Amino acid sequence: MNRAQRLKLRIFRTVVLLGMGAFFLLPIGAMLEFSTRGNSVNAPRTLEAWSQIAQTPGLVKGIVISLQLAVITSIGMLLLLVPTMVWVRLRLPQVSRIVEFICLMPLTVPAIALVVGLRPIYIWVNINVTPSVLALGLAYLILVLPYSYRAIDAGLAAIDLRTLSEAGRSLGAGWGIVMWRIVIPNMPGAILNASLLSVALVLGEYTVANLLNFQNLQVEVAYVGLTNAGTSIAVAVGALLLAFVLLMVLTLVGGRLQQQSYVPGQRA
Amino acid sequence: MSAAGNPALNTAARPAGGGRRLSLSWIGVVPFFLYVGLFLLLPTAIIVVGSFTAPKGGLSLTNFGGIDKPYIVKAFTLSLSVSAVSAVAGALLGALLAYAVVTGNPTGLLRRSIMSASGVLAQFGGVALAFAFIATISTVGFVYIFLKDHGIDVYAKGVWFYEAPGITLVYLYFQIPLMVLVFLPALDGIRPQWREATQSLGGSTWHYWRHVAGPLLAPAFLGCTLLLFANAFSAYATVAALLTNGGVYLPLQIQALLTGETEQSQPGLAQALALTMILIVVVVMTLYTLLLRRTTRWLR
Repeated sequence: MNRAQRLKLRIFRTVVLLGMGAFFLLPIGAMLEFSTRGNSVNAPRTLEAWSQIAQTPGLVKGIVISLQLAVITSIGMLLLLVPTMVWVRLRLPQVSRIVEFICLMPLTVPAIALVVGLRPIYIWVNINVTPSVLALGLAYLILVLPYSYRAIDAGLAAIDLRTLSEAGRSLGAGWGIVMWRIVIPNMPGAILNASLLSVALVLGEYTVANLLNFQNLQVEVAYVGLTNAGTSIAVAVGALLLAFVLLMVLTLVGGRLQQQSYVPGQRA
Repeated sequence: MSAAGNPALNTAARPAGGGRRLSLSWIGVVPFFLYVGLFLLLPTAIIVVGSFTAPKGGLSLTNFGGIDKPYIVKAFTLSLSVSAVSAVAGALLGALLAYAVVTGNPTGLLRRSIMSASGVLAQFGGVALAFAFIATISTVGFVYIFLKDHGIDVYAKGVWFYEAPGITLVYLYFQIPLMVLVFLPALDGIRPQWREATQSLGGSTWHYWRHVAGPLLAPAFLGCTLLLFANAFSAYATVAALLTNGGVYLPLQIQALLTGETEQSQPGLAQALALTMILIVVVVMTLYTLLLRRTTRWLR
């Protein structure tokens, strides 16, 4: 590369990086600006919208519900996926393609389409099993499948599962002990990765909850936004920052615990 | 196995042992298949069966006949065009950003922070994203007010924020980072030696992009664009939070048909629309997978 080319590249990079930086930072800055606005045009900056969060019962309830759903979904996902995937790798390799296909299926079934089919099932569940909002966790487990599957699959691929489990079994461990004391401690990065992705997805979920008439955090935020935009934007910034911290922890810790290539998915 | 030394015993024992092991092995995957059967395959089956069932029962195509209603056609057109435009624009801008990242220090702070930020922002959709842009560029937004105070009225010809251009702009916020994530590996596969080889053979920058890098990157670029299209086409939450009064947009129509008041509620049509959506995404994602396979042949 000669000097003229180098200079051109430099200018190109500066322009692109500054432009993109502005595009991505402005909306976040604007949210902070909006959530600290006073009541009138010339009113001084105030944190009133933020302090209103605690006084809006719906929001507090929504936050608690979404956090509970996040925990339920993560635990359910680990209980369902880890034993199944370990079992398939060790004893039933012939169904591994089917399991993979099913786990990645939610990527090609948009949530808004899936919910059309889930609605009759949820009507049945609400009447016959439980009317609780926490039943949403059943659907969320499906939504997080692709991301969790990829994270756990990468984790299992990185360890010598067969040797580890045979060693455990030959020393008299049952399958439960093999899972709990051998497999899981050997892939902390993958477990953390899968859980945090699930938590982030559940905290941001709106589609399924809204169409099944459940009030989770995002539904409440959207609802409060109709009457008190400042407060609901304050919650949105808070949720965004929380997601940022969670996923940054994921990239930092996950990267340190084991090298994993990012496998992109789709969600919005 | 103690019988290993005795071939006759071994072959005799195998079918029984194999049979027992097989049935036991299958028990291990029963919970998984039961669960996905109930909450993933059953809903999909409900959609498929429901789409082909007439309101009064019986197999029919009546539901798909409802798709040619003007407002449904308009919703389809708008959804498809917003997805296509945001995919192409997102792919171009994302590719530029990815190139700016690749040409920098491969282990530098800039690259690492842009990659992590892209990972977060590509997942950032829904209510919060809609609010972010309302606070930015709607008629009460910070940037709009700032520009207006300085003599530029971006809505001089009407407020386009709640229409196709606005939705497209908002979607770019997660499309560009997604493009960076999926396209960067392909750019990383380009070797500087190829450029040097082009130059030593007398080729210019144009020749290099036209005959070397361009053809190599084209399948990856096209594939990523398709992924972005599917991504935008599946999105619901963002546009629902943006157009709170409903709008002529495909997912919003499905919502209205599914949850509307008695006379508006048409679950059959909703299922037909959902099935059409799924089919479109399946086709697009299949093409994406095929193109990706082609890319990895050269760039790895």
